[in-house]
Formats: sequence, C-alpha cells, structure tokens
Amino acid sequence: MKRCNLLLRSVAAAAVVGAAGFSAPALAEDLTIAVGAEATSIDPHFHNLGPNNQLGFQIFDRLANPDERQNFEPGLAVSWAPIDDTTWEFKLREGVKFHDGSDFNADDVICTFERAPNVPNSPAGFSTYTKGKTFVKVDDYTVHVKTDAPYPLMVNDLGNVAIVSNETGCDASTEDYNSGKAAAGTGPYKFVEYVPGDRIVLAANHDYWGEKPTWETVTIKPIKSGPSRVAALLAGDVDVIASVPTTDIETLKGRDDVTLSQGVSNRVIYLHIDQFREASPFVKANGGGDIKNPLMDKRVREAISKAISRELIRDRVMEGLSIPAGQLLPEGFFGVSENLKPDAYDADAAKALLAEAGVPDGFELTIHGPNDRYVNDAKIVEAIAQMLTRVGIKTQVETLPRSVYFSRASSGADGLPEFSLILVGWGAGSGEASSPLRALIATNDKDKGMGTANRGRYSNPEVDKVIEEALAEVDDEKRAGLLAKATEMAIGDYAIIPVHYQVNTWASRKGLKYIPRTDEYTVAYGVVKE
Amino acid sequence: MAVTDAGKTSPIEAAPLPAPPAEAPLKRFLSDFADSRLALGAALLLAAIMIVAFLAPVIAPQDPYDLATVSVLDARLPPGTENFAGYTHWLGTDGAGRDLLSAILYGLRISISVGLASGVIALFVGMAVGLVAAYVGGRTEGLIMRVVDLQLSFPAVLVALILLAILGKGIDKIVIALVVAQWAYYARTVRASALVERRREYVEAAQSLGLSHARIIFRHILPNCLAPLIVVGTVQTAHAIALEATLSFLGVGLPQTEPSLGLLIANGFEYMISGKYWISVFPGLALLLTIVSINMVGDQLRDVLNPRLQK
Amino acid sequence: MSVFILRRLMQSALVMVAMAVIVFFGIHLIGDPVWMFVSPDMDQQDIEEVTRALGLDRPIWEQFGYFVLSALQGDLGTSFIFGEPALGLIIERMPATLELAFTALLMAVAFGIPLGLYAGLYPDSAVSKAIMAGSILGFSLPTFWVGIMLIMVFAVILGWLPSTGRGDTVDLFGVPVSFLTLDGLKHLLLPAFNLALLKISLVIRLTRAGTREAIHQDYIKFARAKGLSTRRIIGVHLLKNILIPVVTVLGLEFGSLIAFSVVTETVFAWPGMGKLLIEAIQQLDRPIIVAYLIMIVFLFVVINLIVDILYSILDPRVRLGDRGA
Repeated sequence: MKRCNLLLRSVAAAAVVGAAGFSAPALAEDLTIAVGAEATSIDPHFHNLGPNNQLGFQIFDRLANPDERQNFEPGLAVSWAPIDDTTWEFKLREGVKFHDGSDFNADDVICTFERAPNVPNSPAGFSTYTKGKTFVKVDDYTVHVKTDAPYPLMVNDLGNVAIVSNETGCDASTEDYNSGKAAAGTGPYKFVEYVPGDRIVLAANHDYWGEKPTWETVTIKPIKSGPSRVAALLAGDVDVIASVPTTDIETLKGRDDVTLSQGVSNRVIYLHIDQFREASPFVKANGGGDIKNPLMDKRVREAISKAISRELIRDRVMEGLSIPAGQLLPEGFFGVSENLKPDAYDADAAKALLAEAGVPDGFELTIHGPNDRYVNDAKIVEAIAQMLTRVGIKTQVETLPRSVYFSRASSGADGLPEFSLILVGWGAGSGEASSPLRALIATNDKDKGMGTANRGRYSNPEVDKVIEEALAEVDDEKRAGLLAKATEMAIGDYAIIPVHYQVNTWASRKGLKYIPRTDEYTVAYGVVKE
Repeated sequence: MAVTDAGKTSPIEAAPLPAPPAEAPLKRFLSDFADSRLALGAALLLAAIMIVAFLAPVIAPQDPYDLATVSVLDARLPPGTENFAGYTHWLGTDGAGRDLLSAILYGLRISISVGLASGVIALFVGMAVGLVAAYVGGRTEGLIMRVVDLQLSFPAVLVALILLAILGKGIDKIVIALVVAQWAYYARTVRASALVERRREYVEAAQSLGLSHARIIFRHILPNCLAPLIVVGTVQTAHAIALEATLSFLGVGLPQTEPSLGLLIANGFEYMISGKYWISVFPGLALLLTIVSINMVGDQLRDVLNPRLQK
Repeated sequence: MSVFILRRLMQSALVMVAMAVIVFFGIHLIGDPVWMFVSPDMDQQDIEEVTRALGLDRPIWEQFGYFVLSALQGDLGTSFIFGEPALGLIIERMPATLELAFTALLMAVAFGIPLGLYAGLYPDSAVSKAIMAGSILGFSLPTFWVGIMLIMVFAVILGWLPSTGRGDTVDLFGVPVSFLTLDGLKHLLLPAFNLALLKISLVIRLTRAGTREAIHQDYIKFARAKGLSTRRIIGVHLLKNILIPVVTVLGLEFGSLIAFSVVTETVFAWPGMGKLLIEAIQQLDRPIIVAYLIMIVFLFVVINLIVDILYSILDPRVRLGDRGA
C-alpha cells in the first residue's frame, strides 16, 4: 500500500540530505534545539497543532509514521490494506514496549482511537480523523477499521494520531500528560521534563524498535523572536534552530561555523479572490464610486496573476526562499498536475486582459493579509500591491494580526468572508492534493464538509464532481489522475492565484545538519551529524 | 503603560511649583533658556528636524507612500546605490524598496505628529480629569482614581488591538490608542499637584469670594500645576513615539505602506543581525536625535521654569 | 483607617469587575477565538463542534454570566490553548517574572541613585551632562531595539553571557529561582538590564531633581553651617529626603515592571508571565487575558493603597479620608 516514492525538488544551494540515513551508533551526546513556537501541551490528542504534533512525533508513534516527505512508512503497524470495500486491515508490530514498560498491542490502538476525539477542553481535536470509522480488535496484533463507504485516505487520517498506552495513557487527563505521569509513548525519545515557556527535555529511548536515537538528551527551547533565535545559535547556546528568518540567511551562509539546511514545504501561499458577490466590499471604481465586482470576471483574475512577478517576490522579498507556484502543491506530491506551470510575469498581457474585461484603467482595491502568520507575509502583500498598482489596479494594503484577520476573512459581520482579495497559506497536512482541493476549491457546503476555507467562495459544480469522485476512489493511480484533473480545472478558472511554495530553513552549528521536512516540523531524529 | 514607561509622574517633577510670575518678560526666559548652550543646540536641532519633517514632500527624493514608484526590485540596496530611475539612495532602501532617506523624512512627520497629537490630547483629557478629581474629592475622586488604576493596568497592546479590530488601521486610530494609553499619567500628575494646591489659602479665599468652581479650577489652580505638566508632557511625547514603535513591533501599529519612524525601526528589527545595518540603524538614529532634542529642551524648560532653582 | 482600607478594597472589587467586562467584550470585538485554534483538516461541522464545546457559540453576555458565576467560586476559567486553569498557568510563570522585575529594580537603584546624586551635586560638570544625556537614551530607544543589541554585543560578539532563556533554578521555599545559581545569574543579567534601563533613567532624573532642589533648602544650609562633613550631609540628610519620592515612584513602577515586561521577555525568550500574556493576546486566549488583567489591576490597586497609606504616615498633613479614596 505504500505510495510511489515522492521526489521533491530540493532547493539549490541547500544542504539537503538524500535518504534518511542516520549515523548509527548512539553516542552520549546532548542536543539543544530552538523552535519558534512552543507546544501547548504534552498530550498528543489535546490540540492538532504543528508545535504539538512535532513534539509528539518524537515521543509517540503512529500506526504509520510520515517520513520527511510525508510518505507513510510502517510505524506501529507493519502493514495495512483494504480487505473489502469498507474495511481496512492493520497488522501491528510485535515486541514493542511503551516507555512505561507495558507492551504494545491492539488494546492500545482501540483505546487510543476512543480517547483521541474526546479530550475535554480540546480547542481542536482529532475527531476529524476518527469520525465515521469503527475500530475492531481482531486479535492482539490485528485491527480492522470499518467505514460506511470506500475510504481511500485511511492511512493519511490514522497516520496523524499518536498511539498512547492502554495502561497509563488512555484514561489520563491532559494535566497528567503535562506532568509527565501519562506521557509514555513508543517513540525514539522519552519525555523527561516540561517547564512551560522555557524548555521540554527528552531522553533517548534505547529500546526503540526503529533507528536508534542519536542523542542522549534533547532540550527543546521556544524562542519566538527570529533574531533572538539566530543570536542564540551564533552565541553557541543552542545547536539547531528552526525557521531561520529569510533576512538572516545571507549572513549565515557567509559563516563557516554554521550549516544551513533547506527544503520546500507543503505550504502554498496564494490569493483568494472574492468571486461571489456583485458588490465586493473592498473593490471600488477609480475615484471611489461603486462598481460591479470586476473580480468575478476570469480575465481580471488572470490579469492579476500575470501582473505578479513571482520571481521578483522570490528574489527580493523571500531572498530566494520560495518556489513560484502554479498549483496547490509543489511538484512531487501526490495528485499534482504535471501540466500546470506558474503564470509568467507579463504586465502588458495583464493590461490587455483588463481592457478586454472592460476595465482598461483598472479600479481601486484593498488587499488584506496577515502580518504574523506566514514567512514575510506582510512584505509579500505589499509587493503584490506594488505590482497590481503598476498595471492600473490601484491597490491599498491592509495587514492585520491573525487574531483579527482570520476571523474577518472567514466570517465577517454577516457570516460571509469580509475581504475582496486576501493572501493566505495552506499546508497540506495529508500530504496530497485532496487536502487543498476539498478545503479551498470545493463549493462551500457545510453539510458535505467541503470548501471549509473557501474564502473566495469559488464554486464550480463540475470541479466539485471530480473532487468528490477522487475522494471515493481507492485506486491510487486513478485518484491521482482525478486530483490532477480537478486542480487543472480550478486553476484554469483562476479559482485561486497561487504565488509560491514556502521553502524552510534550519540552521545548525558546524558538524550537524537537519533533514528538511515538508511538513515543516523540527524533530530531534532529523538532526544528523555531517 | 505597557512596555516603556519613562514618563510617569514623579513627585519631584510633579511637585507643586508656583507659576512663573506672569509679568516675567519673555526676554528673561529666553536668555535663561539660552544659558545652556547644549539646550540651545538641542532647540535648534529640534527646530531643524521639525522643518525638515514638515517639508518632507518637497525635499524627499521619492514619495515612499506611492506604491507605483516603490518597487521591491530596489529592496535592501545599500547606502549610496543608484537605482534605475537615476537617483541615489544615500541611506539605502528598506525591505520593501522604499528610499530610506525619504521614508525617514516622511516617517518623522508621522511620528512627530502622532507624538504631539496624542500628547496634547492626552494632556488635556488627563488634566481635566485630574483637576476635577482633586477639587471635588470624595466619591468622585475615588471613582476617577480607580478608573485611572484600571487604565494603568490595561496593556496598550490590547487597547490598540481592540481599536484596530473596530476601526481599522490608521494614524488617527493609533493616536486614539495612545491617548487612551496615556491620559491616566497626566491625570495622576495633575491630581498630585492639585491636591496640595487646593488646600492653599488662595483657593479658600476664592471660594469665600463666591467664584464659580470652574473659574477656581481653571483660572487659579491650573496655572499653578502647569510647570510639572509641561515636563511630564515632553517626556510623555517622547514616550508616545517609542510606544508607537513598540506597537508596530507587535504588529498593531500603523499601516505598513505609510511607515512612521517607529514602524521603520520595528521593520528594521529583523535586519539587525543580518548585516544590512542601514535598515535599522538610520531610522533609529533619527528617532534618537528627535527624542534627545525634545527632552533636552524639556529639561532646560523645567529648570528655567522652576523658581526654586533660580540662581 | 480600617474603614478606609475596607472601602478601598470594595472599590477594587468593582474595578476588577469593570476590567473583566472590558476585556470580555473587547476580545469579542477583536475576533472569534475559534479561528485561532482550528486545524486546517477540520471541516465546518468540526469547527462548530469545537465552538460549542468551548461555549463560544453562546451569546457574549451569557458567556460573561457563566464566567462571573465560576469566578465567584474561585475559578477564573480554563485556557483555550493550554487546557489548564488560567490562574495556575499565570502563577506558574510568576516567579520568573518577579525575579526579573526585582533584579531590574535593584539595578535601577544601584545605578540610578549614585549617578543622579552626582548629576545633582555637580550640575555643570561635563560628566553630569553626559549622565543626563545618557539617561535620555534610556527611554528614547525602543526596548526591543536595545534588547537585541545587548544580545548581539554581550552574547554573540563578546560571548560573555548567554543569549536567551532562564538558567538553572533551585527551589527556594518551593519556588524555583535562578538568582542563586551562577548559571541563573548569568542568564538574568541581560534581560534585567534591558528592563531596568528605563527605570535607571527615571531614578537618575528623580534623584538629580531632588538633589538640586534640596541643596538649596534651609536644612542643608543649616547642616553645612553646623560644620557637618559633606559625606554626612549627603549620606544622611540629603539622601533621606530624596529617597522618599524615589521609593514611592519605584513602588508604582514595580507594578508596571511585573505587568508589562512583555517585550523584554519576548526578545530574551524569558519564560515569564509577560510572554504568556502577549501570546494569549495574539491568540485570543480570553481566559488567560481576563485572569491576568484582573490580577494586575488588583496589584495596582493594592500598590496604590500602600502608597497612599505611606503618604499619610510620611506627611501628616495628608489625611486619608481627605484623599477621598
């Protein structure tokens, strides 16, 4: 059931390691990692949030563990396959022990999937991955998962849920995990200490069933301010830092005591365009009068796409750390189209398209974006505004803290998205094109659970049909084809305008390097010696 | 509030001082002021900064707010680079491609007006509230002073964020946020000096003459509380500018396409260890010069206005 | 006196309620917290479910009523993002912030008073002018700017001190403190100085102003005439008189040091309450913000109360009832 091995383009000038080859022997060495965002809990089921998941990756295993390119490798399940249309069989790994000493078997799996969706006070739990599924223990090392309809994304779903111990973990509260009482997983590192705001300490699990851990003790420190994080590395206080600010990369490259590791992420930065109302709140005629929303015209959307020089943004805003995007996921991911290329910058064509659409002198527009969410988000918004202004669309910029931004961008005063043109990002958690397609492109439909983040309210029934077909197609090859087809149709409509894929950078002291992950996570087992 | 609290009341600076005699000739004041050559220099510098800031649209090589002339193509050019349009960026460009010299000139204008506007409004609001509290006393005073407590414990960031959410971004909104964040300091200062003043004989005399409360407060007590207010005012104005920078640093400041000096510095923060020193150093220097000159002038004013220090 | 204190405490309860109202409705205006938590994979129904589970689907006044009811039973709410009681999270991070604030206060006094004294005694000397000019620097440069500069110079370039974080801690009466270990002290130095810089400037100015006024006053002239040594005049008579206002102001400043060390804690990754607050604000974690600010407003009221009582003790002319509050 393993998917075709994805080959992601690694970025030039980057020290990217090929396959996950660890230098084998476990030496008594300590590692300190500085990350930008702190885990809010040790409980792996409390909040489905990047920092929490990346911590959980080190302490816990999943039935299938995503590798650094989000391919699912056998984890606590050694194999899985559908045995009929609505049942998947998972064969479990034998001889695995939890950190608390108890043995791993099917009971742990069953009780994990009972606990995961039901953690009290959880601000965003894991029911997303468990709903509609029934878990049945067949024997100690076999579990069946049943659904009502054929469900191809079984492994992608279950690969997100950390397996906890039936003995200590399943009945424990979130506080029990934070205190360490219940924080026993099967992963390569054991939980040692959690000092909120300051550090989380892990220790090697020498009995790990997989690759033996390289580091005896791992300390993870949250340092939110980018320059401070870089300074901590330069001062020798930490060994590895995550999310190196793009502004510092040139300097770090020039130093011979620092190694940089870079890799593309699963995150696309794109523009969502209001294309569902005749009067869009932040679109005005030249001079400020009312105007029929020109963004509903595909030619205008195309003009916007062509007015944006993605290369210039890459070179001058991202300092080389982005890849111009032409679709929803970078090439190499499952379900992407091979035919789509990023729109080339062509100001004349953009102006011609505007003229064709009946707005030769452009119009007035405000573009909104967050200023504390994505890498250089506010700067990208400003650069795009400059470019649109140059082709005649007089663009104002309003960047907001995410606390204000996402609420208004999703549902404003009347429950509808409030803005006209917005910059957003989307990271495909499942590692395939179905994730952005169903959330961003599909028609907003609460009952079907589709188009949840479709903040431009693009709606095309034909595209919807292909997406739904893909979501029910168990045959991987056919599904990939359907996903690519849906992507091509939507991008052809300029449902959204992709800008670029983020490229992430880790920096480490000389002698170490990091195996970049497409899910942007920073984990101790990804730090290897050069 | 929040983060930088330089300009709080100090009992000493806020100590009740008799107002300078009304008939004191301006000439005497000026010559006293000019006593310190340093202060004179600061005053001249301040005047120069004001003029330059005021004339920014005329003298700046670029309109840094016009998105049609600013391009990321020119981003992060070092000082002295000539660009395609044929003029030289003497101080380099920032991360969005704005000419730094122009941005600083325009930014000064915004920062100074934001600082002055919020300072003056907060001063008037705080002054009125503080005077009333001290004069009326009793429950009213208790109520007012508890509101002051409330205000002092409310972080400016949250004020700014709430205003941002309700009203959007803009210079006027940031002025409101700064006023809300600062009036309480003035209220506390004025109240402290007015409390002492209202027990003085001249107030009793005025009351026994049957003068209206408003007249007593504004014509008699207020003039005697002015000196400390002016001093707190100069410090608070400087503080307002720095506070605006901090708000920008936290992402709730001014619109990014129309940067103030504070926003330029906040933007420069991420470049501080990148080797592109000019993006953070030049705006910082401009801010420093402005605030130092404002405060030197303020210090000298305080000394000149304080009769107990007259030689 | 006790009536006065009682009345003041009752007023403070009102202020705390007012604070809760403002924060509650203010955050409601900023945005819907749910959008801060949801993960991309959730669909509309999942989002609705979370909204319901956190009680955020109820009308805001109903949420507030529920909050008041629990608050009366001593429960200030459970943090949305941490899932633990808000008050506990704040108290857990309090020692780090208190330690930082106390150290900053100490630095303010240790640097500020001697420098201010000198500047006040010899106002015309070049050194005094330099001190005064330097003190202006203290509050004209934004804290974050100074902070990263300190890190660059002392941690990165010179390598004398660690860049960020809190050092080793030992338990003192069950509270983890770091100032008793060498490593802890080293970590403490830079952030404390960053935080103290403003206060140093303030103390310099206060002391200078006080000194300049005092040396012209009769008791100093009298002491001089009596032939007391300069050291004694400065050390005893002068200092005693200028310390009172300095201490009063620092008392109030201490409140703000504790409450709003936000920027310093962010730049130095100091695990204190300030960082907790700013992150809670950025993520609309309402229970933490409400609990935090209620606590701070109480702190301010109490400090002001103590200051007012001190006033009445130091200056008999001020009667408490008269101060009306």
